[in-house]
Amino acid sequence: MNRLLPLAGFLLLVVLFGYGLWWNAHHDVTAVPSPLIGKPAPAFDLPRLHDPALRVTKADLLGKPYLLNVFASWCFACGDEHPVLMAEARELGLPLIGYDYKDKPADAKAWLAARGDPYTLVVTDQSGDTAINFGVYGAPETFLIDADGIIRYKHIGPLTPGVIRDQLAPQLRKLGVQPAPGL
Amino acid sequence: MIPELGEVALILALLLALVQCVLPLLGAWRNNAALMAVARPAAAGQFVFVALSFAVLTWAFMTQDFSVAYVAQNSNLSLPWYYRFSAVWGAHEGSLLLWILILNVWTVALAAFSGHLPPKFAARVLGVLGFVSVGFLLFTLFTSSPFGRLLPAPSNGMDLNPVLQDPGLIIHPPMLYMGYVGFSVAFAFAIAALLGGALDDDWVRWARPWTNFAWAFLTAGIVLGSWWSYAELGWGGWWFWDPVENASFMPWLIGTALIHAQAVTEKRGGLRAWTLLLSIFAFSLSLLGTFLVRSGVLTSVHAFASDPRRGVYILVFLGVVVGGSLLIYALRAPKVAGGKPFALLSRETLIVIGNLMLTAAAAMVLIGTLYPLVGDAFHLGRVSVGPPYFGSLFILLMAPVVLLIPFGPFARWGKADGSALWRVLLIAGAVALGGGVLALVFGGDARAVLGTVAACYVGAGVVLYARKRWREAPAGRRYPAEMTGMLVAHAGVGVFLAGALLTTALSVERDVRLDPGQSQRIGAYDFRFEGVHEVRGPNWTAQQGKLTVLHDGAVVAVMRPQKRVYSGGQVQTEAAVSAGAMRDLYVALGEPLGSRGAWALRLYDKPFVRWLWFGGLMMMLGGFITSGDRRFRARRMRAMPVPGTATLAPRESAA
Repeated sequence: MNRLLPLAGFLLLVVLFGYGLWWNAHHDVTAVPSPLIGKPAPAFDLPRLHDPALRVTKADLLGKPYLLNVFASWCFACGDEHPVLMAEARELGLPLIGYDYKDKPADAKAWLAARGDPYTLVVTDQSGDTAINFGVYGAPETFLIDADGIIRYKHIGPLTPGVIRDQLAPQLRKLGVQPAPGL
Repeated sequence: MIPELGEVALILALLLALVQCVLPLLGAWRNNAALMAVARPAAAGQFVFVALSFAVLTWAFMTQDFSVAYVAQNSNLSLPWYYRFSAVWGAHEGSLLLWILILNVWTVALAAFSGHLPPKFAARVLGVLGFVSVGFLLFTLFTSSPFGRLLPAPSNGMDLNPVLQDPGLIIHPPMLYMGYVGFSVAFAFAIAALLGGALDDDWVRWARPWTNFAWAFLTAGIVLGSWWSYAELGWGGWWFWDPVENASFMPWLIGTALIHAQAVTEKRGGLRAWTLLLSIFAFSLSLLGTFLVRSGVLTSVHAFASDPRRGVYILVFLGVVVGGSLLIYALRAPKVAGGKPFALLSRETLIVIGNLMLTAAAAMVLIGTLYPLVGDAFHLGRVSVGPPYFGSLFILLMAPVVLLIPFGPFARWGKADGSALWRVLLIAGAVALGGGVLALVFGGDARAVLGTVAACYVGAGVVLYARKRWREAPAGRRYPAEMTGMLVAHAGVGVFLAGALLTTALSVERDVRLDPGQSQRIGAYDFRFEGVHEVRGPNWTAQQGKLTVLHDGAVVAVMRPQKRVYSGGQVQTEAAVSAGAMRDLYVALGEPLGSRGAWALRLYDKPFVRWLWFGGLMMMLGGFITSGDRRFRARRMRAMPVPGTATLAPRESAA
């Protein structure tokens, strides 16, 4: 029986991989409904990445809708998402707030300097404590928060042009934001 | 016409691979010497055709034949010849061809240097390697042929990904593949032993030099990869725990466990089943790495997902090879006898603990790498865990291994002398404590102290053992290759630890805005920014900065970081590195700021960063030295080695 354990473990892996391939073939990266949707975003008070003396709170951002994009320099998938943000951030028609998650500020700054900075401003959450209130699983994740501070939409995983066009853009229009015509 | 020849050569290679797989295995089973004798010529023939095919693809790059789709996608008229050469393995199709070529190099080497193996065993080993080759050739021919045409041919190509236009990338993949693929030899030995049922310990002795050799190449590949990402990615890091790196690191961890387990099995007959299993695991993880990197399961945004057949094919192949070999293991392994008993305090125990830690570390890396996939399966979303997970767990798992290193050589097989180990602990501990105090005096933080302590501790262990051998062993037999390799590799671990921890602790990084003529002090160095001007390369134009670095008023370096725009439009930073034994100075160019020539610059002072690669190269050297031990080439041991002095066993000359 003992001798069969490695084989059993491997078969489990094969099932997982098969599932992964099937998933890729049949889905784009999907949105998972979050219990936070329709609820007020948690209050936060975080320093800005490029100027830690300045702090940004939830109250500062009320009054118009914005996107909150959770990223980190250590996050591999964020590297995939980054060119999409670079290309489309300005087309969306609302501020894109970067949320640097469990990251060293120096690494994040270097990461943005090397690849370009698509964000209106970047806040940093080194400990990840605030992210717990947002229900962040990992990076990247994106929250759409409206003028009253209510979370309207959440996307887990990298934003792709398809996700932006098919899922995010309709949500934006509902809030009265007019993304560029291509979206 | 010529590219089609490449395709034809691959088909012929496939046929010969089939011959090399089927006939010798059949011959070994039916005891037919004529069928077994087919193995070597078939392997040689296959190698010739694969090499021909590889040469054809290289020729297409050299002559800029853009009618070949793969060349058009990965080359450009202005691409210099040396990058056209490395562009052969710059993308999926060509790197597969390189994989197959290297598998054939290993197979031919094995065919040539296996005269001392029993004919049946050699036939089985070559047959198993033939099977692996069949799988990869089929994969290439059916899903990933690099010889597809593009009609009409474009007048110019799209250019090689600029990230890959770096000298490091010319040799990094071949080295890495030599390691990856080299584990196929240890794998083939294990499967041949299981198939033959002759599970005495000779096969392990024959497998050891090959395993060490492959491990050394893999080490070199990983070191090169790390150095490349440091020099090329422009933000001074040397390890990122990204899936591609992890794919090469998992086989390395298991390979490290394997070369130690093999020593136990060869010398004491213990851990036989475990050694078999590790041999299978090491190669399986190489295949798994190929699957993860090539199938797009982890990075669905990447282009590979465009052809789902590839992922399915590799998964099926992985299932056949790994599932099949684990099944053979499950059926045959119960026949494996246990080895000599060993006491709780013995070299065997130390190696078992080290093995468990290394295997656990590999499992940890695997779980972390697969986490996005698992998250997907349980509808948690495709998210990454990063260094916060890997870094802390890895250090926890490796700390006990480092702690054990000095004791390994001192602990006798079977039963170690506790008082001798106690003495080693006292001396190594005292040296480490001295190093720690010194680090404190020089003002390092906790990580710097830890690095110094670990390096002194490991180094003291190595020196103590080298001294013991010098005093106690007869002249001429003091340092056999196997032991020298072990000492060099263990010393390399110490050097690596010093480099990794000290550079993490002491590095100074600054993002600054500098006007021309302005200076910034980093550590003990003044970086004077002289300005930026435009320079041209063969297929790029660049903004090139110039910085003069002064130390106590004397110029120590002039650095020229670049921000390149390639002909394809991609932007790539080229950091300027002034390398030194004690420290690297490192400058990367950020963005222009304002109209008066000011730039954002990233300046680093990175003490001891070279040490971590140098330590890695010492480990590599240790692997090569060990694999050269003449004892491994002996057909039969004349006598069982005496416990505790196993490396003094009779040394026969090569067969």
